[in-house]
Amino acid sequence: MSRATVLEARNLKVHRGGTQVLDVPALDLRAGEVLALMGPNGAGKSTLMLALAGLLPLSGGNLRFKGADLGVRSEREAYRRRMTMVFQDPLLFDATVAQNIATGPRLRGLPSAVREPAVRAWAERLGIGHLLDRSARHLSGGEAQRTALARAFVLGPEILFLDEPFASLDAPAREGLLDDLGRILAETGSTAVISTHDQGEAARLAHRLSVMKGGAILQTGGLREVMNHPQDPFVAAFVGMETLLKGQVAASGEGLLTLRLGKGADGHEVLAMGEARPGQTVLVGIRPENVSLSLHTDKSSSARNAFPGTIAKVIPRGPFFKIELDCGFFLAAYVTAQSLAELGLEPGGAIVASFKATAAHLIRREGLDAEV
Amino acid sequence: MDLIWEGLRKALELLLTLDPEVLRITLLSLEVSGLATLISLVIGLGVAIPVALNEFPGKRLVIALLNTGMGLPPVVVGLFVTVLLWRNGPLGFLEILYTPSAMILAQAVIASPIIAGISLSALQHLPPGLRLQILALGASRPQMVWLLLKEARLPLLAAVMAGFGGVISEVGASIMVGGNIKGQTRVLTTATVMETSKGNFEVAFALSILLLVLAFSVNAVLTHLQQRNRPR
Repeated sequence: MSRATVLEARNLKVHRGGTQVLDVPALDLRAGEVLALMGPNGAGKSTLMLALAGLLPLSGGNLRFKGADLGVRSEREAYRRRMTMVFQDPLLFDATVAQNIATGPRLRGLPSAVREPAVRAWAERLGIGHLLDRSARHLSGGEAQRTALARAFVLGPEILFLDEPFASLDAPAREGLLDDLGRILAETGSTAVISTHDQGEAARLAHRLSVMKGGAILQTGGLREVMNHPQDPFVAAFVGMETLLKGQVAASGEGLLTLRLGKGADGHEVLAMGEARPGQTVLVGIRPENVSLSLHTDKSSSARNAFPGTIAKVIPRGPFFKIELDCGFFLAAYVTAQSLAELGLEPGGAIVASFKATAAHLIRREGLDAEV
Repeated sequence: MDLIWEGLRKALELLLTLDPEVLRITLLSLEVSGLATLISLVIGLGVAIPVALNEFPGKRLVIALLNTGMGLPPVVVGLFVTVLLWRNGPLGFLEILYTPSAMILAQAVIASPIIAGISLSALQHLPPGLRLQILALGASRPQMVWLLLKEARLPLLAAVMAGFGGVISEVGASIMVGGNIKGQTRVLTTATVMETSKGNFEVAFALSILLLVLAFSVNAVLTHLQQRNRPR
């Protein structure tokens, strides 16, 4: 994707009460892309988003919107009319749904003949057309957030900031809204930034992903790239790569390497994808959905890595179960409820876990000996 | 008990015959306290808005002072305003002591902190993210303030009611700076005090009933304004 850069952030710094809470050397937002900011609470997602939206005083750095320097007050004020933001709390006014959606157009002095059809159209599009005359005080959480989204989309924003818009919704409301938002973002080709701590939301909405921790961005990249090739253990854990194995490269070649696992897992060898020199200490990550379980070693399987082990824990995770295994080393796998029953999986049971070499991703090559 | 019944009967008679003196006193009460409340609303919001929207050193102190001001004893205000307006006082050149203007001034001093204090708390109780949300919808600063006031309209009208209630019912300041001069500065409260001390209970009753009716009517209008346009 080589589209025009819409928003360009350089050396953004924000201080609060004397301590630095945000330090982002560079971040670009391109036209038509949805960028997800992921990270735990307190990672600085909201701070970064407010800074990008020009709603937070910067203690350093600069921000350009389509070339205009947002350090200039008049440019920043003009920018405020071209972007908009939706927060976790819908923050609706004590008025009707229609009046709420019409707020932005009214602030811009648009006549009601222009306003009303747009308000109605966006309410319909977000599935709240029947609620236009209802008081915003009497809405469910999902309806309220839909109203907040309609209030934002009606402005035709050139950048849409969404700060954890689903975090206070229950599961059914969240599912429905995720579908609708994903569809509308795609249909409108919106440029958007969305913060979330849920990798599923990011995976469904975003094209690119930035993982944050402690006010800094650890990694930015395409969705698949970050999900499958996290650059460090924190990012790996956060994007759901639950198994991290450390070991020494025994042999390598043609993009494939044989890894001899470290202490506590002597003798085990794992085939993984990546480039590294023999003798180097490396980490490989394996996503739990790429590990399959069977009762016996399957000779015909294309999986190069197969390890007998015992089940340590069975943890329900909504529609599926997470199985933690002891194969001489830790390994996590996801199975459906059906597989769980068919295989008769329970703690203490014997099992064979297998995964392809292409499912084991090299994470980082340097500084491991010093760190771990 | 006879005294009470007789008093009430006489009071009704005075009211129903629209005694000109009673009417004049009532209208002056409404005018003085109404204007004082209006001035206090302007001053109160003028103080509350910048204090609510900005962070500055000493903000807590300002808030504490405002809250203390909400309980200013009218006689203390009366004393200070009298001294200020005294012929040789700093504002003596205005020559408004013992006129309705002096009463409006004193009552505005009493009501301003009440309206400022309640308005401030109303604005501070709005959701913390609301200001950013309004700005993110493209509001200029004046538009943002207007939307915040609109959002806080219920407690803001309560502030106006509390301010009006405070000054329509006070007597200390009015009697000190107004002097209870018949036909000029006599209002319902000062007249009630005087008639009671003279033993004219029936007149005092009539005046008291008028005071209650006046307070009720004004608050009824404000309550109507407050609850109007509330979407169900």
